[in-house]
Amino acid sequence: MTDIGIERQEARRSGSAQQKLLAFASLIVLVAGFSLASPRFFQIDNILSILQATSVNGVLAVGVTMIIITGGIDLSIGTMMTFTAVMTGVVLTWGGMPLPLGILAAIGTGAACGLISGTLVAKARIPPFIATLGMMLVLKGLSLIVTGTKPIYFNGTEGYTLISQGSVIGRMLPAFPVPNGVLILFAVAGLVAWILGRTVLGRYTFALGSNEEAVRLSGVNTDRWKMAIYALAGGICGIAGLLISSRLNSAQPALGLGYELEAIAAVVIGGTSLSGGRGTILGTLIGALIMSVLTNGLRVLSVAPEWQTVVTGVIIIVAVYADQLRRRGSH
Amino acid sequence: MFTRRALMGAVAALSLLGGGHAAMAQDKMYVALISKGFQHQFWQAVKQGADKAGADLGVDVSFDGPDNETQVDKQMDMLAAALAKKPSAIGLAALDSQALIPQLKQAQAAKIPVIAFDSGVEGDIPVATASTDNLAASALAADKMAEFLGGEGKIAVVGHSQTSTTGIDRRDGFLNEIKEKYPKIEVIATEYGDGDQLKSTEITKAILAANPDIKGIFGTNEGSAIGVLNGVREMGAKIVVIGFDSGRAQKDAIRDGSMAGAITQNPVGIGYETVKAAVAAAKGEAVPKQIDTGFYWYDKSNIDDPKIAAVLYD
Repeated sequence: MTDIGIERQEARRSGSAQQKLLAFASLIVLVAGFSLASPRFFQIDNILSILQATSVNGVLAVGVTMIIITGGIDLSIGTMMTFTAVMTGVVLTWGGMPLPLGILAAIGTGAACGLISGTLVAKARIPPFIATLGMMLVLKGLSLIVTGTKPIYFNGTEGYTLISQGSVIGRMLPAFPVPNGVLILFAVAGLVAWILGRTVLGRYTFALGSNEEAVRLSGVNTDRWKMAIYALAGGICGIAGLLISSRLNSAQPALGLGYELEAIAAVVIGGTSLSGGRGTILGTLIGALIMSVLTNGLRVLSVAPEWQTVVTGVIIIVAVYADQLRRRGSH
Repeated sequence: MFTRRALMGAVAALSLLGGGHAAMAQDKMYVALISKGFQHQFWQAVKQGADKAGADLGVDVSFDGPDNETQVDKQMDMLAAALAKKPSAIGLAALDSQALIPQLKQAQAAKIPVIAFDSGVEGDIPVATASTDNLAASALAADKMAEFLGGEGKIAVVGHSQTSTTGIDRRDGFLNEIKEKYPKIEVIATEYGDGDQLKSTEITKAILAANPDIKGIFGTNEGSAIGVLNGVREMGAKIVVIGFDSGRAQKDAIRDGSMAGAITQNPVGIGYETVKAAVAAAKGEAVPKQIDTGFYWYDKSNIDDPKIAAVLYD
């Protein structure tokens, strides 16, 4: 990359630092506001509930952040999550195989599905929106076909619910039993943040989103990198599948539609640009936390359900508008 | 090129499938059922009853429904498609009766009798309605809740829909019974999780966090009830959980005592009676306007009773 590219990258970094600050400030304001409004909000149990409610959406959001930074989108993550959970059920409950193979099945299925999406986008040149919309429907249908529309339960696999509901920390610090699902979210976020910030794959992720043509012309095999990114995001989707099925102790084949939009909303609130080239994992984490603080807080305050939806929508718009204002100001 | 060819192939295959079905429909009497859902165990049990009636009476039965109970538009399309196949009769569980009026009028004009099932269809177009009396069923849930609480305490409702008739009836049947008969019971929250287990779990946890002194929660369908159960388990709360419908998770919870009991409808009966009434109406026979398909309370003590076990599904 040229000097201009590096300069741009620098500008991007300081810009996203500001955005993170903004998102983080909104999160603090929300938490403080809800805490003042209800003494029940800022209780250990409730905070842990919020963190756990963030785990599935957070993992999905972290995965799709990578794809969105390349300028793409993945609408299939919700139903892909379900499909990976179903395949885990097939391996563990139907196949009676040990837990590690089930985990491998979830991540492997996700990565394979992601690779298919990535191939459709990179090689077949189908726009990501359409390719993944198709995948969304295909995977939804496959989940129903494989299960015969019935949920698969994990009663035969001992300790399966511990993946998300157990607490390793709670054993050491009984006063603060952070569920394992939350640790998994942080671990996944840390891993992806490292990939984006420190590896070649990460550098190309940003480069593809900034100027794909320039990257291609400089002799890089962009198709291959793009496919790798979709596959990686798919694997992460498999982790979300493990988390949700562990929490429900079952693979629910009808679940999943709509989860993609919540994850994308978290990414956007976190300051990642839908046009690509800009975004951070920390921002996405904060975005996912804002979403779950908001839904939990409004419920604790007993706001009427129909108004909860309206408020959530308004917050998403305000968050993105604030980002727009800031960026316009910096030019 | 590759995509265009694949697309043409798919179109050809689809038209073949469609053609095959239409040809089949001409030989035998054909009843089209449009339900409110398809994937949930409850709807699969309705389908099972409908298929059985179809086999018993020697008619073709098709069963279709949208993915979730908010997709009114999808259901309209399904009804339109069913009408296009010129069925002998239609069975319909409307998500929103008002939205379906144009198609219902079209059915009436074409002299295709409409049998409403489950949540029913408002207006005078349906010749019969085969359904659970949801108001009475959830009033029974309220009585049981009061019995468990000894007539006093704070409770909450996790509903599955704020707009569908079953959602409204189950909520109101429960709330009205509490209001009229049990003045010392206070309903502190009524929330809606769309029947989604995870959403209902989060709702339950928020309710429990906001009201540690709560004594009981009623979940108004399978997904809601299991969500309530998950939330209560995750918070380690000890409260009375009452559910609706069945499914394996709910049956297990009733057996191990974490759920006090649940109301079950008779989904197989709903499907069977709908098809039976549809065939009778298509032949021009008289059908009763209201077909009550029944409901039962079940708990640890009677879950294996053959009469109950027959209407529960896994």
